[in-house]
Amino acid sequence: MTELVRLGAAPESPGQPRRFAILGAPNSGKTTLFNALTGHRAKAGNYPGVTVDRREGDLHRRFSDGSVRLIDLPGVYSLEPQSEDEAVAVRVLRGEFGEPPPDGVVVVLDATTIERGLPLVAEAAALGVPLCIALTMVDELKARHGEIDVGALTAVLGVPVLGVVGNRGLGIDDLGALLAGSRNNLTPSPDLQDVAASETPEARFNWTYWVLGQCRREVPRADHWSRRLDRFLLHPVFGPAVFLTFVALFFQAIFTWATPAMDLLSGLMDGLADWLLASLPDTLVTRLLADGVVRGVGAVIVFLPQIVFLFTVILFLEGCGYMARAAFVVDRMMGWVGLEGRCFLALLSSYACAVPGIMATRTIPSERDRLTTILVAPFATCSARLPVYTLLIAAFIPADRVFGPFTWQGLTLGGLYVLGTATALLSAAVLKRGLLRGASLPFYLELPPFRLPRPSDIALGVWDRARMFLRRAGTIILSVSIVLWFLLNLPRRPADPRLSDAANQQAVLEGSYAASVGRFLEPVFAPMDFDWRINVGLVASQAAREVMVATLAQIYAHEDGDGEGLGGVLAGGGERGGEPVLSRASALALLVYFAFAMQCMSTLVVIRRETGKWRWPAFTFIYMTGLGWLGAWVTFQLATAAGV
Amino acid sequence: MDRTLAEVAESGDDRLVEIVGVKGDGPVSWRLREIGFCRGAAVRFVRRAPLGDPAMYELHGAILSLRRSEANRIRVRPGSP
Repeated sequence: MTELVRLGAAPESPGQPRRFAILGAPNSGKTTLFNALTGHRAKAGNYPGVTVDRREGDLHRRFSDGSVRLIDLPGVYSLEPQSEDEAVAVRVLRGEFGEPPPDGVVVVLDATTIERGLPLVAEAAALGVPLCIALTMVDELKARHGEIDVGALTAVLGVPVLGVVGNRGLGIDDLGALLAGSRNNLTPSPDLQDVAASETPEARFNWTYWVLGQCRREVPRADHWSRRLDRFLLHPVFGPAVFLTFVALFFQAIFTWATPAMDLLSGLMDGLADWLLASLPDTLVTRLLADGVVRGVGAVIVFLPQIVFLFTVILFLEGCGYMARAAFVVDRMMGWVGLEGRCFLALLSSYACAVPGIMATRTIPSERDRLTTILVAPFATCSARLPVYTLLIAAFIPADRVFGPFTWQGLTLGGLYVLGTATALLSAAVLKRGLLRGASLPFYLELPPFRLPRPSDIALGVWDRARMFLRRAGTIILSVSIVLWFLLNLPRRPADPRLSDAANQQAVLEGSYAASVGRFLEPVFAPMDFDWRINVGLVASQAAREVMVATLAQIYAHEDGDGEGLGGVLAGGGERGGEPVLSRASALALLVYFAFAMQCMSTLVVIRRETGKWRWPAFTFIYMTGLGWLGAWVTFQLATAAGV
Repeated sequence: MDRTLAEVAESGDDRLVEIVGVKGDGPVSWRLREIGFCRGAAVRFVRRAPLGDPAMYELHGAILSLRRSEANRIRVRPGSP
């Protein structure tokens, strides 16, 4: 933001970097080209007031001394904006973000589908900015026995056209030199600007056919490799089978393969907190640092491996072309609730954690579909709900068999997954028919040929996401953790030396501000028979669901007579003398509350970030938590009536 | 003799067809024309998704997928051999 202001306010001077925008359709090889030109050094940020990512970087040093800056525009099909991405691209090109228009535009054209790209050249020329054209995938064109006379194309268009292969660095030097040289004339010819002024897509395509008619050209043959793979991957029987395998692997990856790294990280954070407690004098500040800051932020940081894992898989599948096929396969089903194929992936990711799931909605071109997906994604049973589910189910639901291998416990857990999924889909249908109704963009999906993505492009994409997540953990989540810690630990009272540490801790908790909040909330949760202690857990888990487990552990620690653990105490063991903390009906109500209610600070913050407005996290919080209360109440009534 | 692109996909006819026009003048048809489904373009149906919809089409050397509702707006006639 400050960067923008500085650029905008500074007058044009010889020392000012010249700026080139890189414009192209999705899948045209734009990002690979940008990474090659900048040497994989980019600054990611946001455009003010909108949620579109901004990426820019300096042209690599081997071409210039840092005096040329490149802006990677969002992928667009047209400059007549219908989506937010396109609107941003147009505003950058027109210089409407408080900075002057770029000094030039590099239009990226995929050489294998050049007819699709040329109309964009005409539209860019209409803006009157200097242009040059980077023709990507020329190696693929050749491999498929296609050919295009680049010299003739340059002559017809009147602007430089350069063939490049971004992922092997071919032609990058020429393009870099062209951008670094200040004397090259890149102004489109009057002819080109004339065409550009033509208003209909038909006119632009007719011009495209005319241009290509002037060049010696061999149309590339179909990509047999992709054809053959598609015949299998999209086969009526094998297609869905492959897709389901892919979903299963995805789940496996999230829950199993990421676990060792998550355990390691949470162990490290715990170790750090313990070390702080042991080596610093026992003061309030030390406790705040260890329990509030390190453990609080640590509870969120543990999700980092999952995020890295998830985005590596997602970006790989996107880069190689399978993601578009997966969207093609499930589009019909997503259509039943008013969404489209690309929403599926974001929802699937949300079973790990709604944060990366919501971040993954960026591939959805329709704003309305994207917003709907963001608003329903938190209903997916995320991995932070699991510790709570496991604890409550083990303590309150009988392990008796129902039929076959199924027990009440297993069925309850399965039922909670079904409940979350059904609610997400139903809410999507309701939102699309009500609040977010309106004219929509047509659904279209490009299925690019299968290509091997470049590992460095994936690494850079994953790093961008990880950094965004860490920045959030370091700011908002940090402050919330500190506030919560104060609520749970203040006011202080002198420790009674006759009592154990746990009992002292318990006394502090019972007199804490959080306890007052818990008691204050008693009328709200009384219909479900939750007492103030459960309410304190609910208040604490407002930051993150799994905090419920740690808070209940603190609250009930002193009742754990002979090391039965939290589950045992909840079920009535220890010093409770057989009296469970909750009746079974209340426990079921609590489970349903956790399935629905919005108890995740990170998700609310990421919704704010991705939608650009506080209105949407506020809306999500109110409707999800409202539904949570209602669901809990209904469950309690039904369970009581059924005599569970 | 004109059919819609959706009918072509329905019949599984994978011969080349030529687009005659796109119904409607709202943002949906405008966008379809911008991505290349406009008068004079040659299209070929490739295959339908396992659940029957959407369908894949080859256009300008790329593979694009449209739902039946959008393909229904596109009128086509047999392409020149």
